[in-house]
Amino acid sequence: MPKAPDFLVHEVEDTVGVVVVEEAGKGKTLEGWLMAKDSTLKLKSKDSIPLGHKVALNNIKKGDTIIKYGHDIGKAIADIAKGGHVHVHNVKTKRW
Amino acid sequence: MAPKKTKKVARKTASKAASKAPKSPVVHKLVENAPLYIPEPQYLPVRSRGKPTFTGYRRENGRVGVRNHVILLPLDDLSNAACEAVANNIKGTMAIPHPYGRLQFGEDLELHFRTLIGTGCNPNVAAVIVIGIESDWTQRVVDGIAKSGKPVAGYSIEQNGDHKVIWAASRQAKEFLHWASEKQRETCSVDELWVSVKCGESDTTSGLASNPTVGNFIDKMDAWGATTCFGETSEITGAEMVCATRGKTKAAGEKFMKTWQAYMDEVIEPHKTSDLSDSQPTKGNIEGGLTTIEEKAFGNMEKIGKKARYVDVLGPAEDPAKGKGLYFMDTSSAAAECVTLQAAAGFVVHLFPTGQGNVVGNPIEPVIKLTANPRTVRTMREHIDFDCSGILRREMNFDQAGDGLIDITMRTCNGRQTAAEALGHRQFVLTKLYRSA
Repeated sequence: MPKAPDFLVHEVEDTVGVVVVEEAGKGKTLEGWLMAKDSTLKLKSKDSIPLGHKVALNNIKKGDTIIKYGHDIGKAIADIAKGGHVHVHNVKTKRW
Repeated sequence: MAPKKTKKVARKTASKAASKAPKSPVVHKLVENAPLYIPEPQYLPVRSRGKPTFTGYRRENGRVGVRNHVILLPLDDLSNAACEAVANNIKGTMAIPHPYGRLQFGEDLELHFRTLIGTGCNPNVAAVIVIGIESDWTQRVVDGIAKSGKPVAGYSIEQNGDHKVIWAASRQAKEFLHWASEKQRETCSVDELWVSVKCGESDTTSGLASNPTVGNFIDKMDAWGATTCFGETSEITGAEMVCATRGKTKAAGEKFMKTWQAYMDEVIEPHKTSDLSDSQPTKGNIEGGLTTIEEKAFGNMEKIGKKARYVDVLGPAEDPAKGKGLYFMDTSSAAAECVTLQAAAGFVVHLFPTGQGNVVGNPIEPVIKLTANPRTVRTMREHIDFDCSGILRREMNFDQAGDGLIDITMRTCNGRQTAAEALGHRQFVLTKLYRSA
């Protein structure tokens, strides 16, 4: 059985992953499972990220579109570093 | 000699019996030391691969239910007390109180009647007693339920008072209960099963695992000819264009877009403040890691699988009329409101994936709760019927999780009580379109 991952990524084009463990501490090397390709990726967390919250897979600039499920889920309202916590403090819907 | 021999044999038998006697559990002085005893399951293995069957109650109109309720249905808020008194008098019956039914008018009143009549007609209900403040509207609900062919009676309070109505309705409820309790289950094909789905207190684990598990279930059930339903008009926002492409026909997709746009124009736009970011996503969603309505919507859409296409778009509490298959229903995204409307349209068992741990139940439809969030499994175990958190650890794939969900659904249909049923969650919440006159 493969090792239990620290975070999951839906699609190849996604720019964020989801932390699925209760302890993804700052500075920890996280192992991710890219579900669409059944492959593994690694990155170092820049923040302490709670279970279910998103982690940036690359550096994201203010104004960039956030991609998850292969779809546009909103825009960055601040720069986000690779491995950083992605949530309501730095991402907002384009709709409202 | 003879008496001695008998004595010896008797002693031998006693010691043999003692060695076979069941172990008696220890009564712990502190209850936190008491272990949880889970008896060996006594269900027959349900076929999770291949088309399953279940045992259900066939009603007068041919539809199949998985519960056998005798209900006390109040026409209005004023009749709740009498309904609850009757349910207290006649054990095994159930009152389903609610806060509305007075001075409603127009489409809002039509929806009220459709929901009450649909609830009474649901195949999980064996017989119905309707109690209302006056006789005319009570008669209207009785007439609507009578069309299903099931036993129904109605009573009105004005010129009688609660005491007389409770007496008459109790006498009738007892007869209905005797009759209903002799009804036998029969083996039914899964293409006779109507399943509704709705998620709640979603988080990112819903979109990753519990919703796709429901999606796997829907794809399999759709191929087997079951009738299924999803809703939550406002929570499709962000993925509405994708949802529009999932119609079986172009007309179904266009009807969806029209329904979604109407919800935006009539409900959301006139009443929103600066934006909906305070309630969509909800505070619970945000705590669970969901950031935007789009992210929530794409997670939501995972529930309808990869292959299934909806045959039609239903109004709230409207019965599906285009044969077997998947339907979209125009509903609020509030859990109890949505499930109540789906039950009123005739769905008999509900799948409810949750992330942060919504505890909703429904008096008519058993609500099966599943989660993939390991923290919710740990902290709210008593609410969870199916744990699919193994997907997040790569211990289980969607196909296995979908089969597991089919298994627990068939067991529930066969009579297993859900967590929500055991814990008494009976949220019967009517959808109200606007203020009363």
